[in-house]
Amino acid sequence: MHDLVLEGVGKSYGSVLAVTDVDLHIPAGKLVCFLGPSGCGKTTLLRLIAGLEQPSRGRLLLDGADISGLPPDRRGFGMVFQSLALFDHLTVGDNIAYALRIRGEGKDSQRRRAEELLEMVRLPGVADRHVSQLSGGQRQRVAIARALAVDPKLFLLDEPLSALDAKLREAMQIELRLLQQRLAVTTILVTHDQREAMTMADLIVVMGDHRVQQVGAPSQIYREPANTFVADFIGTSNLLPVTVEAGAVQFGDRRITVAAIPDGLRRGQPATLLVRPEELHVLPTPDAAGEALPNRLPATVTFVRDVGGTVEVHVDCQGHALIAESLRKDAAPVAPGDAVTVDLPREACRVLAA
Amino acid sequence: MSLQTRPRGLLQHLPMAGPALVLTVFFLVPFGIMVAYSFFHRVEGGFYEPAFELANYARFLTPLFLGVLGFSLTVCALAAVLCTAAAVPFTWFLARLSPRGQTAWLVFILSVLSLSEVIIGFAWSTLLSRSAGISNLFVALGLIETPQAYSPSFLALLLGMCFITFPYTVLVLYPSVTRLDPEVTEAARTLGASPLRTFFTVVVPSLRQAVLATLVLVFVFTLGVYVLPQLLGEPQHWTLSVFITDQAIYQSNIPFAAAVAVFLMLVSLALIGLTLLAGGGRKP
Repeated sequence: MHDLVLEGVGKSYGSVLAVTDVDLHIPAGKLVCFLGPSGCGKTTLLRLIAGLEQPSRGRLLLDGADISGLPPDRRGFGMVFQSLALFDHLTVGDNIAYALRIRGEGKDSQRRRAEELLEMVRLPGVADRHVSQLSGGQRQRVAIARALAVDPKLFLLDEPLSALDAKLREAMQIELRLLQQRLAVTTILVTHDQREAMTMADLIVVMGDHRVQQVGAPSQIYREPANTFVADFIGTSNLLPVTVEAGAVQFGDRRITVAAIPDGLRRGQPATLLVRPEELHVLPTPDAAGEALPNRLPATVTFVRDVGGTVEVHVDCQGHALIAESLRKDAAPVAPGDAVTVDLPREACRVLAA
Repeated sequence: MSLQTRPRGLLQHLPMAGPALVLTVFFLVPFGIMVAYSFFHRVEGGFYEPAFELANYARFLTPLFLGVLGFSLTVCALAAVLCTAAAVPFTWFLARLSPRGQTAWLVFILSVLSLSEVIIGFAWSTLLSRSAGISNLFVALGLIETPQAYSPSFLALLLGMCFITFPYTVLVLYPSVTRLDPEVTEAARTLGASPLRTFFTVVVPSLRQAVLATLVLVFVFTLGVYVLPQLLGEPQHWTLSVFITDQAIYQSNIPFAAAVAVFLMLVSLALIGLTLLAGGGRKP
């Protein structure tokens, strides 16, 4: 098992910044997801790791040794490309055995290994077929097998499942994750699909605006987002502009008590309040005038989305749109136009720098 | 259901009438006349009379003719291989330039097409001459002692043939090369192949169809080249095209010239067929 450390890595094309200030530790045997919107620099970062691009700044250390200057063919990594990049002029078996052929291994051992790998990706008996005769999902498996042919030190995947239809993609996510765990190969997966990242990753690196925004386990990224970018990007978020008070925040004329105020935020400073939809409660009675209980806000229902298992209630709260999500059995009996009260539980309120 | 369906009935085939007519009048009819002439009887003194005899074809079996035929096929095949070998890497690098650079090069290459075979022949014979050629430059650089004439020679002829066909080969290869997915070569690199290894194990095989088309194109094109051998080659380097002209115009033997022309066409068609068969054989 191998681990990778990135130290102050950055890449610019002329005056255009692709990615900057990346300090990361990719732990051995883990699956790390680079997650972010398109154009955030996640693919560039993967290409830097693969050696397909040279970093403008910083170093890459594989097991402590600097590999920054090493060309891709001498890194010994396996990569699955977004386009899959299969060799159309070769058979499935020859595609998978390409790395072995380059190493000068014999035909027999190439053949054996190709069949072994096809077995592993659950696609046996197609070694002699032509790549063009395979379906999208099968091509996917061939690309994975090819990248794993020579036991790569790092297994790199650039949005490998984006071409598959939703159902197959979900199934492949689980299968790929199980395969990665079985092989215990250090893996980096680039994706813009947070569900995919949550499903597969040990560690998620949220990227945005050409830099790393937060590194953490999937649940941590969701529950404790480091900033408004992560809060907004991961899952659905209710974000309200507030002012910091002692042990609470002020939203308009309402006081909202919170569990913790992060270090660095002082009284009177503007901040953002985050409440996840599943933690927000809609009470089907109008907010009692003058009562002004803490953590209660008056609102008007604008839309109800009933998707069967869960119900989403969209409300307007002093010009801010909020969403409350609950199981159908717990849903408040409300309809658009109803005046309601929104309850923001103290434990669910998280304050972020504005 | 596909949008493109085969035309049905006489009316739908009507748009084809124009091209078909042109093809018939300006290609098939003259070709038919030539085929007919190839069986005519030659009368000494530059005339011929209608007949059906195989005497013209029988003359192929002379050592002189077989020698010229063998030389022509060899030099054209060699030109095809050399020109393609130069054009594939060239086009590969061209496709990696900025769009502006690519346009500049393509315009330059297209402008070479506007030069006639005669101008190219004279230009190269001057460039390779002793008095005004590049050997003077080599002398100035101290590479050789005295200026030399590099033309006429076999290599000069080969060079001229490659020069004249190079733009065509680039234009034939360019679309396929630009369509190559850059990730495919990157995949080869991550799998351990050096840039050179990647080029020969991934790029060239992916371009196989285009490379074959280029080989055939150069071969057929250079078979028809007729001025260059006379300007850049010595008499023993004259190809079948020169031989045909010589027979038709200077020896006034139209029937034999026609027979050679028909034969040349059959031979090149056969070679093209063989090449395509060899190339297509490995496809599923």
